Amino acid sequence: MFGLFKKFKDGFAKTVSAISDKTRGLFSGRKIDASSLETLEEALYTADFGVETTEEVLAEIKAAYKKDKELRGQQAAAIGAEVLKRVLAGAEGKLEKSPGANPTVIAMIGVNGSGKTTTSAKLGWRLKQDGKTIILAACDTFRAAAVEQLKTWGQRLDLEVIASHTGGDAAAVAFDAWQAAKARGRDYLIVDTAGRLHTKSNLMEELAKIRRVLQKNDPTAPQHRWLVVDGSLGSNSIEQAKAFHQSFGLTGLVVTKLDGTSRGGALVGIYRQLKIPIYFLGLGEKAEDLQPFSIDSYVKAVFGLDE
Amino acid sequence: MFESLTDKLGSALRNLRGVGKLTEENMAETLQEVRTALLAADVHFKVSREFVERVQTQCVGQEVLKSVTPGQQVVKIINDELVRLLGEGSTALSAARPLKILMVGLHGSGKTTSTAKLGKLLKKRGYRPFVAACDIYRPAAIDQLEILAKQEDLGFYADRTSQDVTAIGAAALAAAQAAGCDAILFDTAGRLQIDQELIEEVKRLHARIQPDEVLLVADGALGQEAVNVAKAFHEALSLTGLVLTKLDGDARGGAALSMKSITGVPIKFVGTGEKTEDFDTFYPDRLASRILGMGDVVSLVEKAQENIDQKEAEKMAEKLRKADFNLEDFLSQLQQVKKMGSMQSIIGMMPGMSGVKLDDNAEKQMGRTEAIIKSMTNQERRKPEILNGNRRQRIAAGAGVKIVDVNQLLKQFQQMQKMMKMMKGGGAKKMMRQMEAMKGKGGFPGM
Repeated sequence: MFGLFKKFKDGFAKTVSAISDKTRGLFSGRKIDASSLETLEEALYTADFGVETTEEVLAEIKAAYKKDKELRGQQAAAIGAEVLKRVLAGAEGKLEKSPGANPTVIAMIGVNGSGKTTTSAKLGWRLKQDGKTIILAACDTFRAAAVEQLKTWGQRLDLEVIASHTGGDAAAVAFDAWQAAKARGRDYLIVDTAGRLHTKSNLMEELAKIRRVLQKNDPTAPQHRWLVVDGSLGSNSIEQAKAFHQSFGLTGLVVTKLDGTSRGGALVGIYRQLKIPIYFLGLGEKAEDLQPFSIDSYVKAVFGLDE
Repeated sequence: MFESLTDKLGSALRNLRGVGKLTEENMAETLQEVRTALLAADVHFKVSREFVERVQTQCVGQEVLKSVTPGQQVVKIINDELVRLLGEGSTALSAARPLKILMVGLHGSGKTTSTAKLGKLLKKRGYRPFVAACDIYRPAAIDQLEILAKQEDLGFYADRTSQDVTAIGAAALAAAQAAGCDAILFDTAGRLQIDQELIEEVKRLHARIQPDEVLLVADGALGQEAVNVAKAFHEALSLTGLVLTKLDGDARGGAALSMKSITGVPIKFVGTGEKTEDFDTFYPDRLASRILGMGDVVSLVEKAQENIDQKEAEKMAEKLRKADFNLEDFLSQLQQVKKMGSMQSIIGMMPGMSGVKLDDNAEKQMGRTEAIIKSMTNQERRKPEILNGNRRQRIAAGAGVKIVDVNQLLKQFQQMQKMMKMMKGGGAKKMMRQMEAMKGKGGFPGM
């Protein structure tokens, strides 16, 4: 557990590690006052928590402050952490093989550049470390060289990739990959799809086709439909999640690129609105930097509370 | 989802009604709403605060013009200030020849795609563009650029064995000059602004190739982080311009204001779609209305002008006037609308509609209507009254729809014709009633 927390902290910590750093001294033993509340507001907004969550955290800390003028920074941080934990209750996704599904299919979807291909490869590697057998399906047949990108990952991490060519039929690749995974008795099939903006209905239709074709093999596939979201995006990631959820019925989230200085606060907004569990966070470029999401570690890292 | 700022300001502005002069007190609530709207559009916290303060100084003390409401006046001031801020600086590229452009940014912001798109745009402007693959990290990034370069017929250089980005850049420069190219674009790897090692690497490349333009490519949906990103890249590389990508989504684009304010570097281009031609010069007024949620009216008007054939439109107007409008005309009108882009993108540009999501149905309906009309003979299109049961059945089979769909279309078409006759006859009141009745029945297909 400590290792995981450290990864979180390191991931978040490259410059301004946590909100607490931004509000230097605010979450210390010092007493809260009006100006420190304003700093806190700024810290919460700049973490992309959004208007709703920011106001909720502030309201609770202000209420506590009203009751107790001696309120210390540490206590305020604890209150903030409690609010965040409450909002995120039930948000931890645990990946398990779906009973009766051979293979269990995970479809990775999202807008362009969110990190689907990289996440697919990293997830494959992680499952392999856990002793599972997997196949990757290169269904991004639109973006130039996306197939080659996944194949290269496959070579680097020694993972099996089923692919056709750029411009080919994505659904056909998914179908073939499922057949291959079935024949070879693999536990998981990870389907990497092309990036698409959620506002393009024709591209959303293509996703539905991949699903229909997979269902010819197994009516319950894909068992997992995960949205890959760039953690440095702001409120629009909520719009993205809503649109993908509506047309594809999301079952999980992966939030990427959290090794920068962004706090990924938008994930809180997404969970708040849609209650879709978060499975993994991308905390770096290496394969092992894809880490399971832990509410406790996330909240502590955000508020700079130590374990 | 997003209410337009004007909607949001509704109640706050109502309190301003009847006010003769804008003061700090009567503006307070309105400005608070403006700040929240900016924050919800992902404008950075500090930038929002400064912006509101500036608007406040401009508003306070102003006499309210007789012709407008105080609310309208405030919105106008906000909009103008936003346009001014976003539009500072020139979108023009350096006049140097050869023109050397360095493309930088975070992972997945769209550097490679934008490099190819900009190459294509420069070609249109009379340059002979050349692209250099300097992303040695992302698997297959080089292949991606090579494919795009081939597709757009741009010069291309890569060295798949080298790990030295500076050397690759220098070699590319020589190759471009040998090939007689006069615009050289360097596509670089995605990097975090806090990754010292990689920032040093791109600084070395910069020092070696001495670019005339350094463009930061940034996702239009970036959050508060945009400020840190722009600032760090600017400090390291002295940016000369910003490129905002993925603006064909529904992001409000507040990050653009943050990055512009923090660096003072002009926004030069925007990426607006998957195709290589979906790349435009930046217009501040359009982005301002988008951030404020006021709709991209100008864009819509321009788009309509570009795509709708003027003559065709006049012919249609004439037909409408004479109430001589058949299914053939209806089909060509449908196709005109389609040319403007998807229904969703058009709706998104209309004020107050930016949050409206069309379900796929409307678009599907339109396609279905088109299919039905296309399954008719020319004679049938011109004289729908000859459509008997047999013909209708054939049409339904041809269009892959049910016969009720054909019947419904014809019925609605008849109603439309009736309305036009009334318009001609001047029976406006009667028409209004008719329209009300139609609304109840779900309106015209695909409209």
